[in-house]
Amino acid sequence: MKFVQNIFDKTRPLVEKEGKRNILYPLHNAIETMAFVPDHTTHSGAHVRDAIDLKRTMITVIFAMVPALLFGMWNIGRLHYGAFGEESTWLDNFLFGALKMLPLITVTYAAGLGVEIFFAWKRNHAVNEGFLVSGLLIPMIMPVDIPLWMVAVSTIFAVLIGKEVFGGTGMNLLNPALTARAFAFFAYPTWMSGDQIWINTNGEEGAQLVDGYSGATAMGELATTVGQGLNNPATETVMAQFGSGGTYSMMNTFLGLIPGSIGETSALLILLGGLFLVFKGVGSWKIMLSFLVGGLVMATIFNAFAVNEFMGLNPIHQLLIGGFMFGMVFMATDPVSGSQTETGKYIYGFLAGFFGIMIRVFNPAYPEGIMLAILFMNVMAPLIDHYVVESNIKRRSKRLANA
Amino acid sequence: MSQTYKIRKGHNIKLIGDAPQKHLEAVASSTYAVSPLDFPGITPKLVVKAGTQVNAGDVLFYDKDRPEVLICSPVSGEVTEIKRGAKRKILQVIILADSDTKYADHGSFDLKSTNRDATAAHFANTGVGALITSRPYGVAASMHELPRDIFVNGVQSGPLAGDLAYQLAGKEIEVAAAIEALSLMTAGKVYVSQDGDAPSLELLSHKKATSIQFTGKHPKGLVGTQIAQAAPMNKGEIVWTVNAVDLPVIGHAFLTGAYAPTYLVAVAGSRAKNAGYATMTQGVGLSSFVSTNINNDNTRMIAGDVLTGTTLEENGFLSFGKSQITAIPEGNSTEFFGWVLPGFGKFSTNRAFWSWLFPNRKYDLDTNIHGEERAFVVTGEYDKFIPMDIFPQQLLRCILIGDVEKMEQLGIYEVLPEDFALAEVACTSKLPLQQIVRDGLMDLRKEMM
Repeated sequence: MKFVQNIFDKTRPLVEKEGKRNILYPLHNAIETMAFVPDHTTHSGAHVRDAIDLKRTMITVIFAMVPALLFGMWNIGRLHYGAFGEESTWLDNFLFGALKMLPLITVTYAAGLGVEIFFAWKRNHAVNEGFLVSGLLIPMIMPVDIPLWMVAVSTIFAVLIGKEVFGGTGMNLLNPALTARAFAFFAYPTWMSGDQIWINTNGEEGAQLVDGYSGATAMGELATTVGQGLNNPATETVMAQFGSGGTYSMMNTFLGLIPGSIGETSALLILLGGLFLVFKGVGSWKIMLSFLVGGLVMATIFNAFAVNEFMGLNPIHQLLIGGFMFGMVFMATDPVSGSQTETGKYIYGFLAGFFGIMIRVFNPAYPEGIMLAILFMNVMAPLIDHYVVESNIKRRSKRLANA
Repeated sequence: MSQTYKIRKGHNIKLIGDAPQKHLEAVASSTYAVSPLDFPGITPKLVVKAGTQVNAGDVLFYDKDRPEVLICSPVSGEVTEIKRGAKRKILQVIILADSDTKYADHGSFDLKSTNRDATAAHFANTGVGALITSRPYGVAASMHELPRDIFVNGVQSGPLAGDLAYQLAGKEIEVAAAIEALSLMTAGKVYVSQDGDAPSLELLSHKKATSIQFTGKHPKGLVGTQIAQAAPMNKGEIVWTVNAVDLPVIGHAFLTGAYAPTYLVAVAGSRAKNAGYATMTQGVGLSSFVSTNINNDNTRMIAGDVLTGTTLEENGFLSFGKSQITAIPEGNSTEFFGWVLPGFGKFSTNRAFWSWLFPNRKYDLDTNIHGEERAFVVTGEYDKFIPMDIFPQQLLRCILIGDVEKMEQLGIYEVLPEDFALAEVACTSKLPLQQIVRDGLMDLRKEMM
């Protein structure tokens, strides 16, 4: 690997303080430290260190996301060809999806890392690894047909306002990936909801969409028909889709054979990623479990009252649709924007799941309540932590009083 | 029946290079050095200058702010040099030792007397008072303080720690005298801790001491852990701590009146050519010891263990109060894509690397940091290594922003840098936790003085 090291050594003078391309120093440093774990040794404190670093933590999260991502790619193709009633192999499906997905991923990374590198240079520190995960999360929670420039603008907004204004990775209040999605959701509503965007329907010339084709997501259908009020004539047809054999049957939503944001559909593979994260000790099982319980409790309460068909949906089914699973495993568990105390994690996770289902059912304008609930709980997390820490302080002062 | 506490949080770092129970050649040198840097929080005021003749047990310097804290010479001879650094900061007092050590005679002390002031004076004058650490700040104790309790730490659980039974063998009388003397210094209890996972040490049980046992993982051997379990500290309280390995030196000073800080030092680590135990006096020049016993090619020599020890120079001197020398390889080499590889052979305290499959493997760890410093990102990581009722990350944040009131509320009085050592090893963001805590404590102390 000597020759690789030589390349870095040769180019370093160019980007160092006095060099002509100093602005590229963070990029140079990022790539070099990626290729080679640096030769830095301990100077103060403990003389030996754990092999783990943020790069390892982040790559572990990315590994956990890969199954859902690959499935999402395949699903894009499957839905596309399905809409035209065309026959396709799994490879056709996958390649079609990959070609849609790769530009999205590339644009997100380019936009986000561009901002990160600029700030790293400005602040004279290294590029943080946080965006490695955010940059993959963002395309996975976008609809397939969103224009690339919108992704770029949303990403830049998220990194700038969601993260860098607070001081960068580790300091942010909100989950950057969700900030990007929230921005896109409110700035470009027509591209983020409805029944036109979740399946790519740009067919070859002359291709016809199949009869009875619907490109809506399960959430969209529920929100725009069932949630609109009682005695809506469309209710029955929609609810039939949720029965066995329907488009949004329990099995289909579990496996992910439904329209939706690219990476969010397969509960199975997301849960697999979640288990991997928990097993690796990178994702908090406390947040995931309490999030699940929170959602289940709210859905069960709704189910018990069942004023409309949406509320009457089987609680488990309720959790399998929309972004609930994805939010639980990959969004709520963000250690920086989530609750930072161990007790707080239970409260934070529970409430995020609880409010997620509540918002989605009560407010048809926001079918994706999970995103809003997690962002809301991101803001509330410091408050939760405050009370948890306060209890420790009280315990200590009580001990002092009794001493 | 003594109380037993099980320490569940923590981690035993298993390294290769244990010290076998054999005596190495006693270490002798003509030069000795005492460094004020071994005493955090002390502003040294010199009593000697180059050319002064001293006996073992004569004062070399004292603390400017607390003149009753005396640091004494470990050997007799002539002070040849005062080494200074930037801003004339005193780095070392170098002593050219006599061939036969002459001891300053402070007279033997009648331990039957229960006079605290006389006991305190004997502690200070013989130099053994400096072997007592005073919490909350982790500084050499002043004999003017009235400690709530005294903790004698008889658990050595750090990486490659020496075997206390071996190091104390034959010192029954001195140990008993030391515990007796300590008991005169507090109105509270003298706790003596023992390792519940090792055979109990008869010589540490004393009728004036409360025996406590600790089982489980390191940091059971940190006195901070022991205090937190047995009798947590509160704001305003002072607790003294003494390492059991120092008891013979204290006992000797009370029995004979002489200061003779000689230890059976555990020599360990993968770079120790001859591992074992060597008799050394504090401050001894180590150059000949290093050339015979250490493979010194790109090696980090540490006085103490890899968690809390201080780096030793090749021609350095045995630091104050240390009874272990660890030699491990330096890690100044890069690793190609080290963070992506499965890492079957990598030391890690969590399962992100596949080495978790082999929990009993012993590692030859080097000093590489394995990454770059980052902001706090991962949460709940430190809690796993600090068996105390505190919120480590929140406390560290308060220290970093200098919020004194919050630091107090979050329990900074209960911790010393060493209590954060394991968390520092495990820290994903590679933050210098021990340094942060040390700075926080010193700022706090300045505020309080």
